[in-house]
Amino acid sequence: MNQDKAVQRLSREDLARRVARDIPDGAYVNLGIGIPTTVANFLPADRETVLHSENGILGMGPAPAEDRIDWDLINAGKQPVTMLTGGCFFHHGDSFAMMRGGHIDICVLGAFQVSVRGDLANWHTGAPGAIPAVGGAMDLAIGAKQVFVMMDLFTKTGESKLVDHCTYPLTGLGCVSRLYTDHGVFELGPDGARVIELVEGLSIADLSRLTGLELAMAPADSPA
Amino acid sequence: MINKIAGSMEDAVADLHDGASIMISGFGEAGVPDELIEAVVAHGATDLTIISNNAGTGEHGIAALIRENRVRKVICSYPKMAAAHHFNARYQSGELELELVPQGNLACRIEAAGSGLGAVYTPTGYGTILAEGKETREIDGKQYVLEYPIHADFALIGAYAGDRWGNVVYRKAARNFGPIMAMAAKQSIVQVSRIVELGELDPETIVTPGIFVGKLVLGSPVNAGESA
Repeated sequence: MNQDKAVQRLSREDLARRVARDIPDGAYVNLGIGIPTTVANFLPADRETVLHSENGILGMGPAPAEDRIDWDLINAGKQPVTMLTGGCFFHHGDSFAMMRGGHIDICVLGAFQVSVRGDLANWHTGAPGAIPAVGGAMDLAIGAKQVFVMMDLFTKTGESKLVDHCTYPLTGLGCVSRLYTDHGVFELGPDGARVIELVEGLSIADLSRLTGLELAMAPADSPA
Repeated sequence: MINKIAGSMEDAVADLHDGASIMISGFGEAGVPDELIEAVVAHGATDLTIISNNAGTGEHGIAALIRENRVRKVICSYPKMAAAHHFNARYQSGELELELVPQGNLACRIEAAGSGLGAVYTPTGYGTILAEGKETREIDGKQYVLEYPIHADFALIGAYAGDRWGNVVYRKAARNFGPIMAMAAKQSIVQVSRIVELGELDPETIVTPGIFVGKLVLGSPVNAGESA
């Protein structure tokens, strides 16, 4: 954990805002349960984004007013939602074909751990006695054209969640292309992690020390 | 004359037997055929295998079947939910077997059964503990896991409207697993909120063709505040 007050860590809201900035006009996007869902609040109004929900919705809209709640119209987290004009419904076979078949442009997920090569662990801590539940996590991880992960870079006890090898049970291998954290943004791939952005007050040397990883900045011409 | 309409919930589930495998549609509360499940509880069939996305919460639906000790095994993707105490208790005591399946693999294995396929190679789960011991294959440079179809003796499905030929339409996101489970079971039993005359459903928009439906029964109105 970084104790240095000069490091301007991103708030959860700013992190969601940062992810939203990288979602282009016309993209078909799946936002995972939990923190990733908040990205929807920051999608720029001048872009048309089509949100996919694993339970059979394209064109999902925000939460309804309390008197308009319809329990046949819920998101993957089982919360009531609305439909945008132009949206549609389909069954689970089609919904997961959209993921597995590479039709979803971007999927945004949370994580327990991400490896520098893009392995993802986000479904199970492996703790003895825990009820295992996977839902659509593994399908989302390997299906979308691009998988973004958003998370705090460190656990509450200061351990880096960006790691050389995941120690939690894996969700998917080499599937995460971009990692957005409260300390910076990373590009992940077969050659390892490269830093695209650092928050103010943080140097690449600090980040390497804190994570225990040998990190380098991506070349300036790298797509950001 | 074809008439798939059952006179009561009791009649609709009359063919059930001990040891049956039963698919149950629904995601969260949407599309769960509550009254059909209640009828299964009343029927008394036991030693059941339940195939569903979730494993029930609270005291009704699948949770009631588990509470009454009717379920031997659950095949699902996400049993961990608020108030899933009946599942949790029986699972942790070892009385209930769980086969945990990634949601998309659950869908494609059900589709494979309904479509007459011998198996599917799916990329989902490759390299994870859920693929341990399973056959894998590299196809065009990508890794896949061999997964077998999930068949069932019965499917219980919650839908919106149907006719006496068994043609069915759904409502909003309550469609979820209904159409693919209807294809995969030996006998599909559909609970609808409306029974309509033959010809009333637009042939262009029928989602589940009657060929996949064994019985249709009238249940309660739609579960939502909003009408239509």
